[in-house]
Amino acid sequence: MKITSITDLDAIRQACFSRLYAPDGVKVNVGMASCGIAAGAQASYNRALQEFSTKPDISISQTGCIGFCEMEPLVEIVAPGKPRMMYHHLTEDKIAEAINGYLANDYHKKWILGQMRDPRNILEDDIANPQAPVTPAEGFPFLEDIPFYAKQTKIALRNCGYMDPDSIEEYIARKGYYAFLKALTQMTPADIIKNIKTSGLRGRGGGGFPTGIKWESCAKHSGDRYIICNADEGDPGAYMDRSILEGDPHSVLEGMLIAALAIGSKQGFFYVRNEYPLAVKRLITAIKEAEKAGLLGDNIAGTNFSFHVKISRGAGAFVCGESTALMSSLEGKVGRPRAKYVHTVEKGFRDGPSNLNNVETYANVPPIILKGGDWYASMGTANSKGTKVFSLVGKINNTGLVEVPMGINLKDIVFGIGGGVPRKKEFKAVQTGGPSGGCIPARLLDLPVDYQKLAEVGSIMGSGGMIVMDQDTCMVDVARYFLDFLKEESCGQCNPCREGIKQMLEILTSICQGNGKEGDIELLEELGAMIQRFSLCGLGTSAPNPVLTTILYFRNEYEAHIRDKKCPAGVCKALFHYEIDPEKCTGCGSCARKCPQEAITGDKKKPHSLDQSKCIKCGICYDTCKFDALVIR
Amino acid sequence: MNSSVSEASLELDYRELDRIIEEDYQNDKENLIMILQAIQKTYNYLPKPALSYLAVKIGVPVSQIYGVATFYSTFSLEPRGRNIISICLGTACHVRGGDRIHETLVDQLQVHDGQTTSDNRFTLESVRCIGCCSLGPVIKVNEDMHGRLKQDEIQSILSRYE
Repeated sequence: MKITSITDLDAIRQACFSRLYAPDGVKVNVGMASCGIAAGAQASYNRALQEFSTKPDISISQTGCIGFCEMEPLVEIVAPGKPRMMYHHLTEDKIAEAINGYLANDYHKKWILGQMRDPRNILEDDIANPQAPVTPAEGFPFLEDIPFYAKQTKIALRNCGYMDPDSIEEYIARKGYYAFLKALTQMTPADIIKNIKTSGLRGRGGGGFPTGIKWESCAKHSGDRYIICNADEGDPGAYMDRSILEGDPHSVLEGMLIAALAIGSKQGFFYVRNEYPLAVKRLITAIKEAEKAGLLGDNIAGTNFSFHVKISRGAGAFVCGESTALMSSLEGKVGRPRAKYVHTVEKGFRDGPSNLNNVETYANVPPIILKGGDWYASMGTANSKGTKVFSLVGKINNTGLVEVPMGINLKDIVFGIGGGVPRKKEFKAVQTGGPSGGCIPARLLDLPVDYQKLAEVGSIMGSGGMIVMDQDTCMVDVARYFLDFLKEESCGQCNPCREGIKQMLEILTSICQGNGKEGDIELLEELGAMIQRFSLCGLGTSAPNPVLTTILYFRNEYEAHIRDKKCPAGVCKALFHYEIDPEKCTGCGSCARKCPQEAITGDKKKPHSLDQSKCIKCGICYDTCKFDALVIR
Repeated sequence: MNSSVSEASLELDYRELDRIIEEDYQNDKENLIMILQAIQKTYNYLPKPALSYLAVKIGVPVSQIYGVATFYSTFSLEPRGRNIISICLGTACHVRGGDRIHETLVDQLQVHDGQTTSDNRFTLESVRCIGCCSLGPVIKVNEDMHGRLKQDEIQSILSRYE
């Protein structure tokens, strides 16, 4: 059926209501994003199909990522008149038992994360909470109240984990494409741009450029204009764009359609990272479904507006996240950035005016159009409006994707939502902004997170990766790690970046190997300042950030490496050794059994000893010991 | 490392190449990267004769195609092994001990990044973040993900692949 009006959307929304909120029988929703599948969701899904597909009153369905990656595989079970239960770690061996238990109203408390109070998204405030008439199950917390979810506000992630990403009907049922049809039938391009400007939305990919201003300047330039979606999410540790594409591809498509209306474009492109095959697959389905519904293609919804999109896949080059490099790569060429004397909104892809935003930015657009720019601007801080998705990873208990209002402080994210550092280790730093960002130390944990505050402490928002580091993370090694990454990824055309990063890396490597000398820190600072000032593109100008911030906040660790020839965290192999503390060693023997070198010996229940000549410092014993008897010296 | 697949013995299926270049990608030079990906998917690497053929078909100099094939890390101009091990060296995996897993792999397979074992069984590649940070450290063997890895588990995982 071709959709031509909001009335058509209403009809689909009504028809699909029961599928989402009041299924005929029991509905099992398995979280099937890449990370869930890696944790075993596919096997759980298959098992559920195998056991229950012949039963008429049970349906098995897929959803995107619900965000709490630590708890994958996550499975939600719902039935009319019953609580919506979210199960965690529901591997294939447990899923049948969990479903049978749910059928018998005998919920498995140990496997349940919580029950959902309200499954609606922020756009569905025109209907009553479908879960309201249901009596909650006693003794189970509401999902919305557990610390991981309590402080979140989901706008970009509004549908991820709540619907089948391959179904356009379910997207419409959650008020999808209403914003686009509103923009198409009731708004002028100037109205749309004004709304986006009022919202204060800034680019979520790293640069943070105001989206409305970008759209406005692109619309001013004549020629064939292009709408491009940057899905080349290259920052290691950030995966929100993958999650949105895998869990809610239509929201991005709808955002691009609205941008195309505002700017006056007929052709759009997705540039997706090659490492994201599932995102590409779901996008292809979404595009086909939207074309079938008449929301994409020629004469959309019976108007003279036409818009086509094409998917291009990247091939593993970090620098292609930079706008000019990305556009060059889209043209089938080597992805090298160019100087931006002329901006891409004037001359970009095929030398035409090109508007590039990232996945998360586009996903924010439909809610802004439906609820108004003022609504969006009411959240956040003076210079950073709305919400931001962060991926909380590294040495943290609750790994996952979280969407919070701008201005929330780091402590609330790391300790409130993230649950702090595992194994009672000491929190050391949080790294934001990927290889272009910096490391923020424990004493700055009260920092409110917005574009400006992060820049003030030497880091950047970036695409939203937050990598938590604890006492076992060596900050010099982290700086070396990022430079090693950037050396590989530098495109090599400008000298400061190509040679400068290499020189800095050599100094850092020698420090980590125990060959650091006085003056190295100052030399790193000098080189860093030079690279920042003279590099051609953003990769180079931000490359020294991880080094400069670690020097700023963890200078003592650099000095320990250089002067005392020690690595306090026990990472740089040349600068530490393990010892067994005879006071703490219980002689349990678990380290000795695992040591690949047979370097640990001792009698049962008596303190063991470690032969330094055999030890290769692999760290297996250190990770194995439950009594903290292995110490770093 | 050396490889048992010699390029001389490789017979190119030009009809298949034509299908990729003409039907799937409309002889369009803007699709060069995706054409190369399709060729690599067919042959497991980019055979040089295929690149010369492609150059003529889409009207792009071989030098430029070579530039693209060597600029992007996905492409390999050497034949690769039967199983591809991708070790994630993203930041989250790095702070959770990814380097030690990497060392163990290098040690057990006796190859470095981008190299293939002499029996052609494995090719070791490092990638920067697969986006499965909650499972770090992670390796991907072909399409299978192995997460929350410990060094002593590597051997038993590798033994599952022939």
